[in-house]
Amino acid sequence: MPSTESKRRSGSGWAQFRRIVSFKRKHLCIPYILFLALFVIIPIIIILVYAFTRTTETGQLEFSFDALKEFFSSTTKLNVLLVSLFIGLVNTLLCLLIGYPIAYLLADKRVNKNYVMVMLFIMPMWINFVLRTGATRDVLYMMGIKGGQHPYLATLIGLLYNYLPFTILPLYTTMIKLDKSQIEAAKDLGCNPAQTFVHSILPQTVPGIVSAAEMVFMPTMSSYVISDTLSEGKLTLFGNSIASSFNNSLWNDGSFMALVMLVLIFLTMFITNRFHKDETQERGRLW
Amino acid sequence: MTQNLTQNERKIRKNAILRKTIGQCVIWLVLIAMYIPIMVLIAYSFTRAANIGTWTGFTFLLYADLFNDAEIMVALGNTVLIALISSALSTVLGTCGAIGAFYSKRRSREVLESVNQIPVVNAEIVIALSLTVMFVFFQSYILGGSNVFSFWTLLIGHMVLQVPFVYLSVKPKLQQMDPALYEAALDLGCNQTQALWKATIPEIMPGVASGFLLSITLSLDDFIVTAFTRGAGLLSGDKSIETLSTLVQAKIKKGPIPPEMRALTTLIFLTVLAVAILVTIYRNRTVKKTRKGRKGA
Amino acid sequence: MDEKTTIISLSHVCKVFEDGVTVVDDFNLDVKEGEFITILGPSGCGKTTTLRMIAGFELPSSGQILLNGEDISLLPPYKRPVNTVFQHYALFPHLDVYDNVAFGLKLKRIPVEVTDRKGNKKIKMKRLSAKVIDEKVLRALQVVDLDEMEDRDVSTLSGGQQQRVAIARAIVNEPKVLLLDEPLSALDHKMRKDMQVELKEMHQKLGITFFYVTHDQEEALTMSDRIVVMKRGVIQQVGTPENIYNEPINAFVADFIGESNIYNGTMTAPNRVRFIGSVWKCPVEEGFTTNDIVDIVIRPEDVELRAKGEGIADGVIASKIFKGVHYEYIVKVGKNEVLCRDTRNHEVGKEVAIAVDPENIQLMHKELTVNEYGDAIIDNANRVIIGEDPFECDVTQLLKGSTLDEEGYLVDPNSKKRYDLKNAAVVAEVGLDKIALSDDLGSGQTQGTIISAVWIGDHWQYIVRTDDDEDFVVNSPYTWNENDLVSVSIAKEDIVLRLKKGIEDYAVD
Repeated sequence: MPSTESKRRSGSGWAQFRRIVSFKRKHLCIPYILFLALFVIIPIIIILVYAFTRTTETGQLEFSFDALKEFFSSTTKLNVLLVSLFIGLVNTLLCLLIGYPIAYLLADKRVNKNYVMVMLFIMPMWINFVLRTGATRDVLYMMGIKGGQHPYLATLIGLLYNYLPFTILPLYTTMIKLDKSQIEAAKDLGCNPAQTFVHSILPQTVPGIVSAAEMVFMPTMSSYVISDTLSEGKLTLFGNSIASSFNNSLWNDGSFMALVMLVLIFLTMFITNRFHKDETQERGRLW
Repeated sequence: MTQNLTQNERKIRKNAILRKTIGQCVIWLVLIAMYIPIMVLIAYSFTRAANIGTWTGFTFLLYADLFNDAEIMVALGNTVLIALISSALSTVLGTCGAIGAFYSKRRSREVLESVNQIPVVNAEIVIALSLTVMFVFFQSYILGGSNVFSFWTLLIGHMVLQVPFVYLSVKPKLQQMDPALYEAALDLGCNQTQALWKATIPEIMPGVASGFLLSITLSLDDFIVTAFTRGAGLLSGDKSIETLSTLVQAKIKKGPIPPEMRALTTLIFLTVLAVAILVTIYRNRTVKKTRKGRKGA
Repeated sequence: MDEKTTIISLSHVCKVFEDGVTVVDDFNLDVKEGEFITILGPSGCGKTTTLRMIAGFELPSSGQILLNGEDISLLPPYKRPVNTVFQHYALFPHLDVYDNVAFGLKLKRIPVEVTDRKGNKKIKMKRLSAKVIDEKVLRALQVVDLDEMEDRDVSTLSGGQQQRVAIARAIVNEPKVLLLDEPLSALDHKMRKDMQVELKEMHQKLGITFFYVTHDQEEALTMSDRIVVMKRGVIQQVGTPENIYNEPINAFVADFIGESNIYNGTMTAPNRVRFIGSVWKCPVEEGFTTNDIVDIVIRPEDVELRAKGEGIADGVIASKIFKGVHYEYIVKVGKNEVLCRDTRNHEVGKEVAIAVDPENIQLMHKELTVNEYGDAIIDNANRVIIGEDPFECDVTQLLKGSTLDEEGYLVDPNSKKRYDLKNAAVVAEVGLDKIALSDDLGSGQTQGTIISAVWIGDHWQYIVRTDDDEDFVVNSPYTWNENDLVSVSIAKEDIVLRLKKGIEDYAVD
């Protein structure tokens, strides 16, 4: 069929021409790609460059592991990292411990039927967080818990205040979607309330727990304002440490720490990724 | 028999009431605890004492002080301006990106989405510093040292925070949309651009709107990125742009929250409350369109 | 206008998707003006793709689509004077009924309207006036029986009403051809019946060409002037509903359109055919000669039930279902089942005879008697690769009397010459009865999905498609359903091989 063959070729040539010239919906993402490349990818590359170079007297950059050596030989920095991990962990646990039952109660139709209650829990997130942090500090001060004297306690309370809404929201969204018939099946098969919780409700809410933990753990570690304000500078978290490196013009060291932070973030992302296959980030559900 | 039934019924009802009471109590307890700091500030916004904890008599004078405080007013104006401008730009950019990515090949979409995810999961401090380092790099190696930090760098910083979330709120709307709608518009005579405006955009509008609102909150709340990327400009004139976050941070570093800020907290709280009520009403609103009087035209 | 003019003409239209799958293969069809034409076929047969190519949502990979003699193959949808009614309506949820229907009109620019302005003639593209749009919309809504509904929000309408809006939205633009993509599939049974009648009436009222796509044979038979039956991208038969129903061209069409008895038969004389154990008189048809193996199709309503001994074949009533107007019986004739209908009540187990008017015996050329794989290859272990799967086979059949030596070379017993068959291109043939299917997916050499199942008298004929797109046609007495995943196994001795080149090309020196 030579005639069809030639027709096909000319046809697809035409189509190709149209494809190239005409506007396609997918072209809409070109500015977006440029934006991401310029302001997300390149900054990270520059951080990478600074992390593995040092600045010579003449102001030139040269390849070096100085920042790496400096980081792993500095007990203060490693100490800050450990303390941050610890605070992050404690805060995540506290948020889950309080947030989980609250989310469960909010999602339980027998206890709460209206969305207004949920809104009330989310609302503090909309008030400027520096102001909220200041308020927390002042009220704690008024109550006799002074940041200078109890830096850990004050910071933890501040962190808890700030991150509790972020825990409740993802937990609430998974609990609203709980498979009721599965819970009934568990009861039907002889589970008492505690067993029902362990065998049916808890496994179903794991994705919510994971995203809640994800939204608390890393931001806690890298938090800057909260620890700085509430401990009155007595408690340095990893975030403060990175910031102060830059403020002291120790760019290479700061970049390396930022890199450590990035690696930690991608590590947790990698670990938690299998728990949620296709979800939009929970913070995206704020509205 | 009937005796038993009513007894059972009474028991069930009692349990249900008990459950509800306990549940509600727990919820309210936590809620009250969460609101204590804000409520205390609000309460003390009606007295002119320098510190909370001391009551020097009821007065609205702090509200007058607030509006006379040029520093706070400038910061407030800057904050609102930045929020509106950056959110509008981010919404356009993110929406276009989401539409474009949705109709791209799967592979390229996946790459784009993983890059999109970076600012979402990244620590704000890392975002702020990486941008700052890039700007400085740009300033010293390309601009030859002239200052690059300005309103524009601040704008970019905020947009980096916002755009991924716009993308994420528009994307599900695109996925839910019936692909035949776009084709129907083409079929009825729209060219590609018209079909986009008349079929796709109205469909994803709720996602675009929530992306915009989310952007606003992200911008209003931001401290770290603002503190690092700001330069002179906007209402601050030749001085470094001061937003509410940076101003409050500067004040609370030195001492307690200034009295006028307590009044500001009250106003912010009321605004947020109003928005929350509006959002709830919008959510609960049954879709009921006004009938249009087109008859006999 | 002359009823005979061709409005749409598809010639050699092919569509190959990016993944290499051919969905429409050499589609040729002329649609007459004012015709109600239906493309009928099972899901995945390419019918919707054909419609989408006419609408402009897909571009043909090759071939031409002519509308009134003009090539529209590559025009974008908005430049084509055709409109579509979508399967799930695709109404704009943000617009009310009126605005949905007016959508196309508001975009329309007409050149003639403004020629006589200001005295001097000028051709200007102008929008339709609000008044014209209003009239047209209200008239269209009247046609679909939705008057007074124009201000309703589309989400408040029932499925049937949404369907009507979708139709009104399309016809209001006065398209040359109205394309309907399974428009009734989302409606319930009762609604569907009503809409069938209404669509037919609408077609007569409007007088435009309807190009209808469906998988529902009843819909096709009720409404169409002509039906095009498609299977896996290829047109099987084109004809009037009566034509298609009474004279299906092959077993697929017969089975797809209505219920039918399908048997294997052999011609014993030009007007005699033997099947289900008896010789039947049949109409003399061209192209059928004695000893031809044929498919026989008999519609259940054409089978007469008679008292034992008074028909052509004797059998026993095996089952009975009351269907309202008639009973439906399955008569066992030997191993074969005959589906028939009768208004009289017979008991199960009764011995009866069956007879069929020779005119009602439909002869069809046997579609396939053997699976042939033209691009099979022998691998280094002397197995034959069909598709991508290796099958054990007996390569010694390629050379009479040959044997295999320890190294796997084929040895000629006389000349002692050795042949290396590695990568030899062969044609492999496997009989339809020689392929075994099983639910145990590990048991066969390959596995695939059943894409078609046709009951032929006393056995099923399945087409099993493997992951690498190789089809196996299998006769089997066992029952599977379409889309079942089965394993395919073929015994070593049942694969018949034929070398494409001479054996000497593979000689080892």
